[in-house]
Amino acid sequence: MAHDPVRFYQVGSFAAGNRLVDQEQRTEQSRSGRSNSLTSGHRACQGCGEALGARYALDAAMRATGGRIVAANATGCLEVFSTPYPETSWQIPWLHSLFGNAPAVATGMAAALEVKGRSEVRVVAQAGDGGTVDIGFGCLSGMFERNDDVLFICYDNEAYMNTGVQRSGATPAAARTATTEAVGPEPGNAFGQGKNLPLIAVAHEIPYVATATVAELHDLERKVERAMAMRGARYLHVLVPCPLGWASASSDTIRLARLACESGLFPLFEAERGEVVDVTPIRRQVPVEEYLRLQGRYRHLFGDPGRPDLVREIQAIADRNVARFGLARESCAAPATPADIPREAL
Amino acid sequence: MDKPFAVTLDVGSSLANHTGSWRVERPVYLDRMPPCNDACPAGENIQSWLYRAEEGAYEAAWRALVADNPLPAVSGRICYHPCETACNRAQLDEAVGIHGVERFLGDLARREGWQVEIDASPSAQRVLVVGSGPSGLSAAYHLARLGHCVTIYEAAAELGGMMRYGIPKYRLPRDVLAAEIDAICALGVEVSTGHRVDDAAAAKREGGFDAVFLALGAQRSRRTYIPAADSAHVLDALSFLASADGAEPAQVGRRVIVYGGGNTAMDSARTARRLGATEAVVVYRRTRDQMPANASEVEEALAEGIQVTWLSTIASIGEGEVVVEKMTLDEHGFPQPTGEYETLGADTVVLALGQEADLSAVEPLPGVSTRDGMLEVGPNMATGCPGVFAGGDMVPAERTATVAIGHGKRAARSIDAWLRGTSAAPRERHELASFDMLNTWYYADAPRTVQPELELVRRQSGFEEVVAGLDRESALFEARRCLSCGNCFECDNCFGVCPDNAVGKLGGGERYAFDYDYCKGCGICVAECPCGAIVMEPERI
Repeated sequence: MAHDPVRFYQVGSFAAGNRLVDQEQRTEQSRSGRSNSLTSGHRACQGCGEALGARYALDAAMRATGGRIVAANATGCLEVFSTPYPETSWQIPWLHSLFGNAPAVATGMAAALEVKGRSEVRVVAQAGDGGTVDIGFGCLSGMFERNDDVLFICYDNEAYMNTGVQRSGATPAAARTATTEAVGPEPGNAFGQGKNLPLIAVAHEIPYVATATVAELHDLERKVERAMAMRGARYLHVLVPCPLGWASASSDTIRLARLACESGLFPLFEAERGEVVDVTPIRRQVPVEEYLRLQGRYRHLFGDPGRPDLVREIQAIADRNVARFGLARESCAAPATPADIPREAL
Repeated sequence: MDKPFAVTLDVGSSLANHTGSWRVERPVYLDRMPPCNDACPAGENIQSWLYRAEEGAYEAAWRALVADNPLPAVSGRICYHPCETACNRAQLDEAVGIHGVERFLGDLARREGWQVEIDASPSAQRVLVVGSGPSGLSAAYHLARLGHCVTIYEAAAELGGMMRYGIPKYRLPRDVLAAEIDAICALGVEVSTGHRVDDAAAAKREGGFDAVFLALGAQRSRRTYIPAADSAHVLDALSFLASADGAEPAQVGRRVIVYGGGNTAMDSARTARRLGATEAVVVYRRTRDQMPANASEVEEALAEGIQVTWLSTIASIGEGEVVVEKMTLDEHGFPQPTGEYETLGADTVVLALGQEADLSAVEPLPGVSTRDGMLEVGPNMATGCPGVFAGGDMVPAERTATVAIGHGKRAARSIDAWLRGTSAAPRERHELASFDMLNTWYYADAPRTVQPELELVRRQSGFEEVVAGLDRESALFEARRCLSCGNCFECDNCFGVCPDNAVGKLGGGERYAFDYDYCKGCGICVAECPCGAIVMEPERI
């Protein structure tokens, strides 16, 4: 399942594009004519990870299907900032569902297309972590168990950001939210709570489950493409940092997504029919502290006296992920040599 | 009003919403000074020619290279590459092997027969260049390309100066040097060899020259008083090295002692080995750290079995032996005598104690000033005498071929300006692109390619070139290791990572443009630009 990274083109394996690389090997995001499924003028905050993640994923889906997708969208930031009446930022057919029923609405759309003999048109449903992990979970689980032909994408920013940063089932331990204040002996969100939805999706044994972040563009696009090549229920969980809710610098959005992976807190993996089939190994492992320190929602862990004990507990979570998913295995980015120069370039 | 129930407005696009008004800082593209360019004494735009080499456009790369340095095949071999010392990639894995690519381009140009063109229309003004070392040749080349009529007077039989007579063949094969010199002469430079200038003022007057560039070098070996027996075989390093290049190399015997710690000392010791000495010992009065010789030269010499006696001075030279006094460093780091002596066998002693300029030819010039045995020049290489410029080893500066090539270029620009009655405006220098401005995550891991070296046995017995060049494949690889510090190389990252689609891709070398109607000023493009070619500036409100 391992894909071949673009070998030696200076930055070919990691940057969006590169003048030295064939167009097919560049990301869709580097193409001038990309769909821009979510266009300019949307009202997302500066440095919004979700706006970025949605465009990345949907543009990749547009490329994979030749532009034949329709989307259902749960209530949440993404819906609110993209469609204040009467304006829309969507350049694809797009339908706003309720907060909790996007998977069910998408199921209906897929069924309708099938009845009309238009099954070449593919259905994507999208929601934030609140609409996926908490409010829409029943509908989503149903969509999974029926194996409906929908790609469901969760843009996970780890709390209810649209309504003022309340805790969700995806909020990580120790994070400060409006409902888990950084006070008392156990400041922030409690340890040992919350759900790991990607693994719950794996447990449904649906055709495809994958995790991705806005920092790994090649990886994300490849996973969307893979998902669109399959039929049945598919689930993609994309980590999208939120400068507002995480109290981070707007310029750090991608850096944070990268550090989440490189620290081991957010493992990147793919699963098919209940089995993990591939993981993206960590390229340059960092302690969780590097990730946590950039975020105001963890500010209470640092400083004087700080809570080094809690930082250690978070590090233990990361270490467990690394061991569980085998993230420390030899990197896909083995150092390049002159042999990696493609013949045609000489 | 043909609208559905409860709908009163037409569907609009969010493009009507100009989110650029939210911004308090704006991203701006800029070019920063890559550290390699900043460190290059010849003023090469290294990042720019590597950029072309990266795409395999070797001729374009070579043309960008020779816009500054007419001797790439030579420099790629003998330059101590301060560019690589400064290279930001050294902090990531290893510095880019810039000199290897430079040499590859120079050699390829020779094989392919690429030639430069004269850029300006002929000026009919005549410039005399005295001396044909690196600075003289560089000045002649740039002046010729600027349209002037150039004449070189060279005292020796052949052009090249220290490159020809000082640097051994195993570092710089003579056909390489000759080819690049021929290319300069092919620009219409007139050459008069065996033409010694004893009076620069007279030479200028008699030849009817409008301007003169003095590049006489530092040809005189520095001496020190050492009591020596009449029968002792003592040579100075310059004549020793020059003889090694000729038909009748000096006879050195089995054991050679070289006195000095500079590059010339290393060259002399390594040359002695090649001329049949079974032992070559360098005697130097300080420690290895304090040695002026370049570290790579010292390493190559040690690999070839050259021995070095640190912290020692030669007290006297007898027949077949020298007496060496041990030194010790005082608290200021200066060597002090200890009074302990040791006798070493020596069939030949080579003195490599540095060189001095012979300034007798410039003394007749009115207005020139000298200091510490060197000719003083201003920042534009002009001497105190109007129309007379100077560079290379005879002026105060680091004495390397690359510095001299840079002098030649700078002097040529100043002479051109002077002949036109203007002055060469100093070029604006961009802010340095330091390592912390880069986002190195994006660069593929790629350790440097190693240039193969000749086997030791052959290095100890002949003058074959020691270090081999890169082939096409490894040259391309090495070029692509460049991080392009501070200069956009069109990786599309800013275009890809903008959450507001506010970056336009212009393509074809035109880079990108911000759409300030929608840019919210989040700064992700700045943070994720691999090479540090974007900066946030406060918005004027």
